Amino acid sequence: MYRIRFHGRGGQGMKTASRILGNAFFLGGYEVQDAPRYGAERRGAPIFAYVRADKKPINERGIINRPDLVIVADDSLVAIPAASVLQGIGSQTVLLINSHEQPETWEHRLNIPGQVIILPVTGDVEDRAELPYLGTTCAGAAARLVGVIPLTHLIEAIEEELAHLGKEVVEKNIHQATVAYELAAEFGGTVVEGSEIRATDYTKPDWVNLPFEAASISTPTIHAGLTSELAATGAWRTMRPVINYELCNKCWWVCSEFCPDGAIKVDNQGYPQIDLDHCKGCLVCVAQCPPHAIEAISESIAESKAEAQAENEQIKTSEASS
Amino acid sequence: MTRRLLTGNGAAAWGARLAMVDYVPAFPITPQTEIIETLSEWFDNGDITGRLTTMESEHSMVTAAGAAASTGVRVFTATSSQGLLYAMEMLYTVAGWRVPLVMINVSRGLSAPITLEPDHNDIVAARDSGFLQIHCATCQEVLDSTLIAYRLSEHAKVRLPVIVNLDGFYLSFTREPVEIPDAEAAARFVGEFDPENTQLRASMPTSQAVAVLGGTPYSYFRYEMHLAAQEALGVYDEVTAEFKNQFGRDYSSLETYRNDDAEFSFVMMGCFATKAKEAVDRLRDAGWRIGLVRPRLLRPLPEQALQNALGDKKAVAIIDQNISMGKGGVLHTEVASALYNLSEKPLLISFMGGLGGRDINQEELFEIAQQLRQASKKGTPPPPRLLYTADELREMRKLQSIAKVERQELTSNQNSNSDKSHD
Repeated sequence: MYRIRFHGRGGQGMKTASRILGNAFFLGGYEVQDAPRYGAERRGAPIFAYVRADKKPINERGIINRPDLVIVADDSLVAIPAASVLQGIGSQTVLLINSHEQPETWEHRLNIPGQVIILPVTGDVEDRAELPYLGTTCAGAAARLVGVIPLTHLIEAIEEELAHLGKEVVEKNIHQATVAYELAAEFGGTVVEGSEIRATDYTKPDWVNLPFEAASISTPTIHAGLTSELAATGAWRTMRPVINYELCNKCWWVCSEFCPDGAIKVDNQGYPQIDLDHCKGCLVCVAQCPPHAIEAISESIAESKAEAQAENEQIKTSEASS
Repeated sequence: MTRRLLTGNGAAAWGARLAMVDYVPAFPITPQTEIIETLSEWFDNGDITGRLTTMESEHSMVTAAGAAASTGVRVFTATSSQGLLYAMEMLYTVAGWRVPLVMINVSRGLSAPITLEPDHNDIVAARDSGFLQIHCATCQEVLDSTLIAYRLSEHAKVRLPVIVNLDGFYLSFTREPVEIPDAEAAARFVGEFDPENTQLRASMPTSQAVAVLGGTPYSYFRYEMHLAAQEALGVYDEVTAEFKNQFGRDYSSLETYRNDDAEFSFVMMGCFATKAKEAVDRLRDAGWRIGLVRPRLLRPLPEQALQNALGDKKAVAIIDQNISMGKGGVLHTEVASALYNLSEKPLLISFMGGLGGRDINQEELFEIAQQLRQASKKGTPPPPRLLYTADELREMRKLQSIAKVERQELTSNQNSNSDKSHD
C-alpha cells in the first residue's frame, strides 16, 4: 500500500492535491482513500491531507503513522510541532519539500534517515511559499515519484477535480502539473509501497492508567485572559466594513453593540471606530446600521487602496521636506 | 451504475437523492454541512425536485421533519453532535408520532471541552429515543444504508424514524470508491412511500399524540413503540436480503469477520471497525484465531445474533468510542446484557478509546488481543481501560504546567492590582 501525506497551510491547495493524486491512482485501478485533516478552517493554519492507494480493498483508516512519501508545501511548517510534519518518518520515507535550501541542509538539520528531495521548479522563485498552482505542482511531482501513475491519468484527474473552476483554470493547472511531473523525472519511482505492521514484532503501546485528580486540576478552564488580543484575527477577513461618517448619525451604540468581536469602539466625538486588527469581517454592523452608513468592500481592494494612499502620503512628505 | 470517489457526506447526499426525498429541513453543523450543501446545489440546479428549507435550529429542524412526514411526504435531514443534542426533545417526540423519516448523524464528540473530531457519545445519547440506529463503516455503506433506512422506517410494521450514523472526518471527509446505483434500480428498491393513515392535511386537522395521558394508555403507546422497534429487526433482515439480491452487497444487522472459528473477538461500532479487520488479518497471519463482530444496528439491538457470534468465545474485547460517566463503555453494557443469561459465555474486557478523534492504532489492537489471551488463561478480566499512552500523559502535563504558570501570573497580577488600590 502507498501511504502519502501532504502538509501545507490552509489555502495552499493540499486538500485538492490529495484529491488529484487519489483520483489519478483510482483511474489506474487502485483502491483509494483520500482525506483532509484540519481544525477550525482558516487560511494559513497548518493542515494536512493524506492518500492511501492499494491494489486490494483498504481497511486502514485515519492518520498515516508510517508514510512512504511526505510532501511539504511550506517549509516553515517543519518547525511547528502541531503540524506534525515529521511524524513517523523512517528510513523508507521520502520527504519532498518545497524549500530554497539544499536537500543536504534538511537531511543534516532534521537528522532523518530517508531521502530528501527539493520540489523541482523552473527558473528563479523569489518566495516558494507563494508559488502559483502549488497544490497541482505538488500533486504532479508526487505522481512521478510513486512511478505508477501515467501522465494521462494525472491530467484526467485534474480535469475531474477542478472541472467546477472552468476550462481556463483547468488548463493552467494541467500545464503546471505536467511541468512538475517532467521535472521530477529523475526521481521517478523513488517512493515504494510500505509494508504492513506485523502482529509478531510490533512496538507495545505504552499505556498508562490515568490517575484521579481533583476538580481544581482536572477542569478544562482557560486561565489566561486577553490572549485573543494578541492574535490578529483581522487577517481572517475577506470583506471589510467601511464607515461613511457623513451618513453616520452618531447613534452611539448600534454597530458597536452588535459587533460579536467587540471590535467597534465609539470615540469621544461619538463616532464609531473599527479595530481592523480584530474585525473578522462578519458584516453584522453593515446589516444593523440604521442609516446604512457602513458598506462592505473587498479586503484586497481595501488593501490596495490603503497602499496607494500610503504611497501618496510618502510622496507628499518627501516633497514637503525637500 | 458508476463507481467513483465520494466522501461519506457525499454518499449520504446521494442516498437522499436516490431515495427521491420530497423535503429536507436543514441546519448546518461541522462535520455534516457538506451533506445539505450538496443537496441544496442539486435542488437549485434542478437535478432533484422537492424542497430544502433552512431552519433556525436543529430543534425546529426535527420538528419540521416530523411534521412534514406526518403529511405523508418523504423527509430527509442531517445533523451532528451538539445539534443532535439540541434536537433531543423532538427526537423523542416525533418518534412518538410514529412517522417515518431518515436522519443522518455525523458523529462528533460532545462539549465540554469542545471538539470537532469524532466519537460516539452523541449518537449513544439518542439510544432510547425511539429512532432506530444504523451504524456505518464505509462510505459505500452510508449510501446503501440510507436507501435501506427508508424501507425500514416506512415499513407498515415499523413506522419509526431511523438515524444513519457515520463517523466525522474518518468517513464524512474521507473519499473512498463508492458504487452509485442507477436511479431506476434505486427507485425500484426504495419504492413509493405509502403513508397509510399518516396524512395530516390543513383541511383535515388531526392531533399528533399531544393529549395528556395517564399511565395506562401511556404505557400502551410506549410499549408498542418498543415492540415496533423489536419487530424492525426481522423487517431489517428482509429488506437487506432484498438489497443483497438486487445490488449484491450484504448488510446483516451484525457484521462478523473471520469470527466463526475464532477463540477471541473484537467488538466495535462504526468505521474504526475496519481498522480491527486489518488487525484481525495480521493476527491471523501470526497464527491467532481471532475475529471481529460489528453491530450495524444498535437499536434494535441484534441480541440473538450477538449470542450466536460471541457465546462460544474464550474472551471478547469491546472497544467503545464513548463513555457513560460513572459506568464506562455503553456498547460493553449492551453486549454484557445480551450475553448474561447464557450458560456458557466469554469473558468480556472493556476498552474505551478513540475519544474526540484520538486514533486507535494497529499496535493497540494487537495488544488488546494479547490481553484477551492473558485474561482467558487467568480466568478473570482486567479492569476497563482507556487507551491512553505515557506520551499522551506527558503532553497533557506540559499543557497543565503552562496553565499553572498562567494561573500564577494572573493571581499575582490581581494581587499587585489590589495592592495598588489600597495605596
